Amino acid sequence: MSDLRDWTIATASDAMEKGEVSSVELTDAFIAAMEAGRTLNAFITETPELARERAAASDERRKNGDARGPMDGIPIGMKDLFCTEGVKTTAASHILDNFVPTYESTVSGNLRDAGAVMLGKTNLDEFAMGSANITSYFGSVKNPWTPEGANANLVPGGSSGGSVAAVSGGLAIAATGTDTGGSIRQPASFTGLVGMKPTYGRCSRWGTVAFASSLDQAGPLTRTVEDAAIMLQAMASHDPKDSTSLPMVLPDCRAACTRDAKGLRVGIPKEYTLDGMPEEIQKLWNQGAQWFKEMGAEIVEVSLPHTKYALPTYYIVAPAEASSNLARYDGVRYGFRKDGASLDEMYELTRGEGFGAEVQRRVLIGTYVLSAGYYDAYYVKAQQVRTLIAEDFKKIFADVDVLLTPTAPSAAFAEGDKMDDPIAMYLNDVFTVPASLAGLPAISVPGGVDKDGLPLGLQLITGVCQEETLFRAASALEMAAGFEARP
Amino acid sequence: MTHLIQGETGDWEVVIGLEVHAQAITKSKLFSGAPTTFGAGPNENVSLVDAAMPGMLPVINEMAIEQAVRTGLGLRAAINKYSVFERKNYFYADLPQGYQISQYQHPVVGEGTVTLDLADGSTRDVGIERLHLEQDAGKSIHDQDPKRSMIDLNRAGVVLMEIVSKPDIRSPEEAGAYLRKLRAILRYLGTCDGNMEEGSMRADVNVSVRPKGADELRTRVEVKNVNSVRFVMQAIEVEAERQVGVWEDGGEVVQETRLFDPNKGETRAMRTKEFAHDYRYFPDPDLLPVRFDDDFIERIKATLPELPDEKKNRFINDMGLSAYDAGVLVADRETATYFEEAADGRDAKTVANWLTTNLFGALNKLGKDIGESPVSAGHLGELVGLIKDETISTKIAKDVFEEMLKTSKAPGDIVEEKGLKQITDTGAIEAIVDQVIADNPDQAADVRGGNDKAIGWFVGQVMKASQGKANPGQVNGLLRSKLLG
Repeated sequence: MSDLRDWTIATASDAMEKGEVSSVELTDAFIAAMEAGRTLNAFITETPELARERAAASDERRKNGDARGPMDGIPIGMKDLFCTEGVKTTAASHILDNFVPTYESTVSGNLRDAGAVMLGKTNLDEFAMGSANITSYFGSVKNPWTPEGANANLVPGGSSGGSVAAVSGGLAIAATGTDTGGSIRQPASFTGLVGMKPTYGRCSRWGTVAFASSLDQAGPLTRTVEDAAIMLQAMASHDPKDSTSLPMVLPDCRAACTRDAKGLRVGIPKEYTLDGMPEEIQKLWNQGAQWFKEMGAEIVEVSLPHTKYALPTYYIVAPAEASSNLARYDGVRYGFRKDGASLDEMYELTRGEGFGAEVQRRVLIGTYVLSAGYYDAYYVKAQQVRTLIAEDFKKIFADVDVLLTPTAPSAAFAEGDKMDDPIAMYLNDVFTVPASLAGLPAISVPGGVDKDGLPLGLQLITGVCQEETLFRAASALEMAAGFEARP
Repeated sequence: MTHLIQGETGDWEVVIGLEVHAQAITKSKLFSGAPTTFGAGPNENVSLVDAAMPGMLPVINEMAIEQAVRTGLGLRAAINKYSVFERKNYFYADLPQGYQISQYQHPVVGEGTVTLDLADGSTRDVGIERLHLEQDAGKSIHDQDPKRSMIDLNRAGVVLMEIVSKPDIRSPEEAGAYLRKLRAILRYLGTCDGNMEEGSMRADVNVSVRPKGADELRTRVEVKNVNSVRFVMQAIEVEAERQVGVWEDGGEVVQETRLFDPNKGETRAMRTKEFAHDYRYFPDPDLLPVRFDDDFIERIKATLPELPDEKKNRFINDMGLSAYDAGVLVADRETATYFEEAADGRDAKTVANWLTTNLFGALNKLGKDIGESPVSAGHLGELVGLIKDETISTKIAKDVFEEMLKTSKAPGDIVEEKGLKQITDTGAIEAIVDQVIADNPDQAADVRGGNDKAIGWFVGQVMKASQGKANPGQVNGLLRSKLLG
C-alpha cells in the first residue's frame, strides 16, 4: 500500500465502497505502521486482534450491503481517556495502569457502532493535563515532525499527543481527542492536522475519564476538515446518561464543507495579539484574513475585552474541578493501591505514587482555590469572569459569523523546553482557552509552516451550536491554505 | 411548658435545633438506577455510578425531587423552583467519589413550620430552616477481619432529605414531640418510612444553654447521629447539664461535635480530626441546576393526603373529639385510618374511647401495633354499634371485646353464638324481677320500708339472674315500680 498518510476517512471510505480496498487490508497496513512507528510512543495499548476482528466484521457488513456509513471500516486511534470495554484504560496514569473497564464510553461506543476500527489506545498527558505530552506515565510522545536541518525531538503538543502523532505519522487515518483548554486544537496545530472541538455538550462525557467536567469535550483529529465533519457526526449524540449533553441533533457538517466563504463576516479579535508572539504567527494570521477576503468574506476587527483574563480563569476553574474529579482515585476500589498503616496513610501513599507531578500540582492548586477563605476570591471570581468571557463572545457573534485567530503562540517546541516553567507551558493554551470557557465550537486548520518547516495552525471559533458555519469557514480556509507539507 | 435547669447560679434555658436525615422513599438512588431495597446482600445494590468508576456521571432521579417537594409542602415550606447540587469534598473509604453530592447554598425547600402536639393538649410551632437533598455514603464494617475494613456500598447514593429546624426547641420533651410529629408527617406523605432502627431517620442535635430570660445564643454543640427519639431526649438532657456545669465553673463551651453514649448516659467529644474538614463545596459541574415550574408543584400538591394537623382539626370540629384524643389518633397514619374506618357511621367519641383505652391497652399487652390488631376496624365499629342500639350493654361489650381479641370474630357473631343479646323484652325481664323479689322477701321489705339504696342490690341480683343480659335501665325501672311504686 502506498503512503498511508495519503488516506483520509473520505478516500478510504470511497475506496472500500468501490471494492478497491478492504477494511482488513487497510487495518493490517495500519497495524504494521503502528508497530513500525513505536518510536513515536503514540500508543499506550495496541489492540491489533480486536482491530482485525472489527475490520473483518466491517468487510462482512459491506459485502452484505449493510455498511454503516463513512466511518465503517476506518482504522482509528482512541485516546486512552475513553473507557473501552475489556481494553485497559489508563488516562496515562500510574494510578489506573491496571484498569480494565467493563463498559464502553458513549463516544467510543458511537464510533464502534458506526463501524470504526480501533487500532489501540493513544498516549496522552496524564489525565489530559499538559500541552506537550510529556507528563504521561508511559513516557512522552514524539512529534513525527522535525525541524529542517536539525535533529531535535519535538513535542507533539498535548494533551492529545499520542492521537496526533499517530495520525500525522501515518499510524492511523484519524483519532479521537479530548479538549479541556485546547488539548485537541493545540496538538493539531503542532502536527499539521485538523483538530475540532464541538460545542460543549455535543459529545457525551459518559465513560470518558474526567479532567474538568464543565470544559471537557471530545472531538476528532483528522487530516482534513471534511474528515473532521464525518468523524464528529459519528461521535456526537444526545446522551441521557450525561446531564450536560445537548438534547439536539448535530446538523449535517459534512454538507457544510462544500459551501464557500462568500459573504461570511470573519472577526479578527484584537486581544489575540500577544507581546512577543513569533512574527511568523502574526504573518500567518494576517494571511488567513487575506485569504478570507479574497474568497469574498468580510473581515471585521472586533474586541473581546475579557480575553486577557481567560488563561488565569481557566487555571482556576479546571484545577478546581480536577481536584474533586480525581478524588475517586483513592486505591480503595480499583486502580493502583499502596497499602499503609492507616486509611489516611494508604491515601497518601497511593495518591503520592499514583499521580505524577503535574497532576499533583493541579490537584493542589484546585484544592487551594476551593478552600475556605479562598473560594470567593478565586473560584467564585473565576466563574464570574467566565460569564463575562462568554458574554463577550455572545455579543460579537451577533455581529460576525466566525472568529479567526492563531491556534497556539508557537510551533512545536523541543522536548525539555518549558518543562521547568509551568507558567510558560500553560501559555500554550492562551488562544484555545477562551472558546473552552465559553463552551464554543472551535477548530484548528493547518495554515502553513514556519521558518523551520514546522506546521502552524489557524483557529476558527463560532457561536454555540454553529458547527455548520464553523465547518463551512474551515473548509474554505483549508482550501485557501492548500497545506501539503508532511513530516 | 418551660424546661429549666437549676444551676448553682440560677436557672438555665436550653436551646435546641435538630437536623434530621430522612431517607426518601424512592425506587432508585439519587443519581443512579441502582435499587434502594433494604436487606440486599453486601454490594448488590451498586451501579457503576455508585462505585464512582472512571467517567461515570450522576443523573438526577426526578422521583427524589418530587419527594422533597412533597415533603416541603407537608412542612408548609417555601418550595424553591431553582436549586443546586454541590459537591462536599472529603475522603473516606465508604465515600466512593471522594465527595458527597448535596445541596448547600440553594436547597430545594426553604422555610416552613412543624406544629408540635404537646402532652397537655396544647400546640407549639417550630420553624423549619430548610430541607435539602443529598446522597448517603456507604457503610464501613470493621469487625469482619482483624486487619482490614470491609465496605458495603448498598447505601451509597441512597436519597437523603436533610431537614433542618430553627433553634426553636426548648426542652427534651419538645424535641421528642418534634421528631414524632415530623415522622408522622413524613409517613402520611409517604416520603420516608421514619424507621429509626433501620436508620431511615437519624438526627443530629444542636444544643446550647443560656441563663433564663437571656436573648443571646451561646456556643452550640452538635451531638451527631442519634438514632432514637428516646436517645435524642436523653442526649439533650445530659448535654445541657454538662454545658451548664461548664459555664458555671467559669469555663467556656467550645463549638464541637460530640457523640452520645446511651450506655454511659454521657456525650463525648469526637477527635478534632474527625470534624476539622474543609469541605470545599462547589456546584457539581456534572449536573445542571434543578429547575421546575409551578405546574410541577401544583401536580404534587394535588396528590397530597390530608395531613395530621388538618385531620386533627376535622376530628375536633366535625367529629366532636377532644383535642387530646384527636392528637393521639392522628399521631400515626395507620391509627387515624383505623379510627376513621371504625367510626364510619358510628358514634365517633365512643369509638375514640374504645380505641384509645381498650384497644391500645390490649395491643400494648400483646406487643402488637395497630396494623397487626386482631380486632379489625370494621369489627370495633360494629361493637360500638351494638352498644348504641342496645343489643348489648357496655359491660357485656367488654366480654365480647375480649373474645374478639382472642378469635378475631365479628362481635355480632360472638353475641349470637354465646347468646349474649341484651334482654329488652319487658315481659321476660319482669318475670325475672318478680322471681328475685319473691326469693328475697326480707330485702324487699327493707326497700319498701324506705331503704332506697338497697334497690341497687336488687339490680345486681336481677342482672346476675339474667347473666348480665337484661337491660339495666329496664331492670331499674321495673324494680322501682314494683318495690316503691
